[in-house]
Amino acid sequence: MFFYHFGKYLLFLKNVFTKPENLKVYWKEIVREMNLIGVGSFGIIAVISIFLGAVTCIQTAYQLVSNLIPRDIIGVITRDSVIIEFSPTICLLVLAGRVGGSIASELGTMRVTEQIDALEIMGVNSTGYLVLPKIIAGTLTIPMLVVISMFLGIVSAYLIGPLTGVISGAEFISGVLRDWNPYIVVVALIKTYIFSFLLTSVSAYQGFYTKGGALDVGVSSTKAVVYSSVLILFADYLVAQVLL
Amino acid sequence: MIELKNVSKSFDSNQVLKNISATFKPGITNMIIGGSGSGKTTLLKCMIGLHEIDAGEINYDGVDFSKLDFKEKIPIRKEIGMLFQSAALFDSMNVEDNILFPLNMFSDFTKEEKLDRINFCLKRVNLENVNQLKIADLSGGMKKRVGIARAIAMQPKYLFCDEPNSGLDPKTSIIIDNLIREITLEYQITTVINSHDMNSVMEIGDHIIFLHQGQNWWEGSNTELIKADNQEVNEFVFASKLMKSKYQ
Repeated sequence: MFFYHFGKYLLFLKNVFTKPENLKVYWKEIVREMNLIGVGSFGIIAVISIFLGAVTCIQTAYQLVSNLIPRDIIGVITRDSVIIEFSPTICLLVLAGRVGGSIASELGTMRVTEQIDALEIMGVNSTGYLVLPKIIAGTLTIPMLVVISMFLGIVSAYLIGPLTGVISGAEFISGVLRDWNPYIVVVALIKTYIFSFLLTSVSAYQGFYTKGGALDVGVSSTKAVVYSSVLILFADYLVAQVLL
Repeated sequence: MIELKNVSKSFDSNQVLKNISATFKPGITNMIIGGSGSGKTTLLKCMIGLHEIDAGEINYDGVDFSKLDFKEKIPIRKEIGMLFQSAALFDSMNVEDNILFPLNMFSDFTKEEKLDRINFCLKRVNLENVNQLKIADLSGGMKKRVGIARAIAMQPKYLFCDEPNSGLDPKTSIIIDNLIREITLEYQITTVINSHDMNSVMEIGDHIIFLHQGQNWWEGSNTELIKADNQEVNEFVFASKLMKSKYQ
């Protein structure tokens, strides 16, 4: 079963990346999807990032009980945790629910209401027209969201630290700047691009091959969220193993 | 003209279509009728390439459509218009964008020419000033009419209609039937309608194919249909009291 779906997924991707019939129409779709995926997800990503940064700062401080450890280490840990793990992985897991579910249910509904059949009869490459803009929009906008998430996470930690008295602003800044290695941003962005591709393509695959009715659209949506979340976590491990 | 030669199709061990041969001529309304599970929808889906056939030929003006790959099918597909049972309009777009879609994809028209074509198609199906309406705001009959307008936007040579009257009131059904017939005559389109609505069949069925257990069981015109010497055909045609009282 796994090999059947893996093979079908690869053939699906082959069809997605064939030459578009009309670039103008595709471009319009890409812009529409960028708005839906990127702008539409900004609010939830901002809220999550603010709380992730703040909680990381407070919990790191809570576990640092020894006076031998300098307080600015809180800034170092918060910075590295937010950049390398929380922003790319947690945000993408949340987006698996929001964006992945939405992609699968949109395509699933189009399938059961014969809209995809209508495209195919017209001679339109339905996989290319419906899926390629989603993958391009996802891989362009999600990394931007993740970079914003990194920034918001660190800023919220910087604000919450002095406010709760766990660390001063100066100590936090000193920690954030300490032993700064830009490579972690590169790793985080590589992760994000891989996760974004997996999220959009796996969700689209689940939605595109929906069979049946409304109930099956729900099943496809659930599968899209579950499979893309598991694949994101698996890819997270692989990237960490290979690049760190 | 569309010609079917010994078309067969199975789903796993269930043979749905058995050696179907038929000819659908342009300028007349060809209808495929039959009971539920007789293979009407499967035959229509095979004809438009949504299902691969197991054996036989589907010739569009001499070209065997079933043997072509996706790219080779595109020129023929551009000449096909399809009205789905549910209309299958793109609900993320408004009425105008739905009709504009095939024009944007495949025509070299200017913006003004496209708009003229959209308005012409909408006027042809007796809809005006609905360009900006959302699909969700349309009634069942209006959706079917927009579906027809989209189907004729590219001036098709072949028009397929899957249960065009399902879910419509009798008055709207007659309007849709007459519209399909008028368009067929006007543009000399090869029209194939899949239906089990006997009113429609008697109203516009010039050439009728009756499917039974996946076979081409009976073929003829609507006047021949009511006189058919065939038990299965008679059971189907005169199933309703209305048909019995009117024609028997």
